[in-house]
Amino acid sequence: MSGIETWSAARASEIIAGQQHLDGATLPILHALQHAFGYVDPQAVHLIADALNLSKAEVFGTISFYHDFRSKPAGRHVLKLCRAEACQAMGAVALHQHCRTRHGIDWHDTTPDGELTLEPVFCLGLCATAPAALLDDKPLARLTTGKIDAQIEGLSR
Amino acid sequence: MTSVLYIPTDAAALAVGADEVAAAFQAEISRRGLDVQIVRTGSRGLFWLEPMIEINQDGGRIAYGPVEPDDVAGLLDAGLMLGGDHRLRLGPPDEIPYLKAQTRLTFARCGLVDPISVADYRAHGGYVGLDRALAMDATAIVDEVKLSGLRGRGGAGFPTGIKWNTVRLAVDNQKYIVCNADEGDSGTFADRMLMEGDPLSLVEGMTIAALAVGATKGFIYIRSEYPHAFAAMNRAILAATEAGYLGPSVAGSGHAFTIEARLGAGAYICGEETSLLESLEGRRGLVRAKPPLPALKGLFGKPTVVNNVMSLATVPWIMANGAQAYADFGMGRSRGTLPIQLAGNIKQGGLIETAFGLTLRQVLDQFGGGTATGRPIRAVQVGGPLGAYFPDRLFDTPMDYEAFAAVKGLIGHGGIVVFDDTVDLAHQARFAFEFCAQESCGKCTPCRIGATRGVETMDKVLSGVERAKNLELIDDLCQLMTEASLCAMGGLTPVPVLSAITHFPDDFNRAPLLAAAE
Repeated sequence: MSGIETWSAARASEIIAGQQHLDGATLPILHALQHAFGYVDPQAVHLIADALNLSKAEVFGTISFYHDFRSKPAGRHVLKLCRAEACQAMGAVALHQHCRTRHGIDWHDTTPDGELTLEPVFCLGLCATAPAALLDDKPLARLTTGKIDAQIEGLSR
Repeated sequence: MTSVLYIPTDAAALAVGADEVAAAFQAEISRRGLDVQIVRTGSRGLFWLEPMIEINQDGGRIAYGPVEPDDVAGLLDAGLMLGGDHRLRLGPPDEIPYLKAQTRLTFARCGLVDPISVADYRAHGGYVGLDRALAMDATAIVDEVKLSGLRGRGGAGFPTGIKWNTVRLAVDNQKYIVCNADEGDSGTFADRMLMEGDPLSLVEGMTIAALAVGATKGFIYIRSEYPHAFAAMNRAILAATEAGYLGPSVAGSGHAFTIEARLGAGAYICGEETSLLESLEGRRGLVRAKPPLPALKGLFGKPTVVNNVMSLATVPWIMANGAQAYADFGMGRSRGTLPIQLAGNIKQGGLIETAFGLTLRQVLDQFGGGTATGRPIRAVQVGGPLGAYFPDRLFDTPMDYEAFAAVKGLIGHGGIVVFDDTVDLAHQARFAFEFCAQESCGKCTPCRIGATRGVETMDKVLSGVERAKNLELIDDLCQLMTEASLCAMGGLTPVPVLSAITHFPDDFNRAPLLAAAE
């Protein structure tokens, strides 16, 4: 999974330089940074602003607008649970309550051992096999409490 | 001769174990020393049968499903590769009633072909449309699309040919084709399926659009919730480039066209075309006021075609088979086919491509086969989170843009989400406001503030506080949001809310909560 590198301004500048030739490069840069570090460090704001000749406010505004970008590292694994209507119709609300209670965390939180981050997502396009989730990059569907617990327990520690 | 085993890589198939099944087959094939090649395809869209695998027999296919890793040895023992009998044998996929009753034009190749093989794509009729377009002038291509009656499949239903013509007539040194693949509506997955199962049809459709309007650069804006579609699209763009179908001279024609796939970042609003353009340019996805139309001042201020995946991916079929052949399908002003997506609490969920005009009830009964929970259907939401909740008495409404508008609903992207009788429509109405509050871009007040006020007021209704007065407030708020919002996000949020109140009034008739701790 992504986020294996520790934050380094030099490495961030390298990543930015690799993307800045693109038209409208801000989002590709942010994705590349988050892929490398697991989050977008606030220190990246001025690096991006300088590279793209934007104000820091513009860059910060963009980062904060999108749900995807995190300003601090996530847990080793990220579980995105779909909260949209098709999953609701198949009992997602109760399933999510189970996950939050079992791991003792709310949306966007990470377990104290740094193992798991819980994030809401609105639709994964797996609506005919609801309820669905994305565990890191692995899509999961027709979920039950037992099935999701087994998936989380099966993660490599 | 090597025989071929087809296993889907569609994300929904993966989500129910397609990779595990493929791994089990690979291991068993090696162990037995069989001469079998595994080809990963997209899905046919019969999701209750996934993972559904297929083999070649006498030029046709035989399907088996749903397959679990434990079934693999038994299937091979039963002579799977020769179409042998087994309890999971489904027969020729085209004969499965769910598929047989469909009209697959846009999805004809999905689940059939190797998504990244240009040769396979061509062998199944791919690039015939482009070949024909290359022999026509731009006006003729636009006329063909106009005559087909194709309307934007993203939700608004605007005639595609008219949009293209505006861009074609615009004079500028740079024009763009932007594909809106930010399919955020719950209950929809047609774009995802197509990008994963037949991405080259989208590449071809965009290339034809480029020829029609004189664009040299295309972008596909794919939502980040679709990592598999993003990867599949990138592989297809690379394959098309290597085969000479993208690049400085498309198929040796001298026309230059390149495509770049871009990832969204989890904002529903970026499915709105002007917000999408802002996002592509690297900014917050704030909706732009129209005019100017994107067709005249779109991406980076240049004339831009912004079309949905379905609209663009349908163009190759129209060019290959002719506008009239496409227009012959459908009803009224809704011509051609609509990829309906049946989802939520339904036994047989999946993709149903059919000519416009099927009623909701036909879709639910003939295809759906009842709810997954076995309880009665109480409500269906059509058209995503901004679509109406319909009760049984409206199930005879035909799937047609105008017929849906007449009952204050919308077809949107063709998603149908089914709920059984445990659904509480007051909660669903509250959710519609909550979702809008969460996803509003914040530019206009009716949407930004209205959604939050809606949640608060609905909470009062849910607790039985001054019910009549608060429902009147909701009504008033909905009218304001409908008429004064800048885009469809705030403008259509009242649709699910008001439909829930109108059609399911009992759910809003709550007694005040008794004082706590009694």
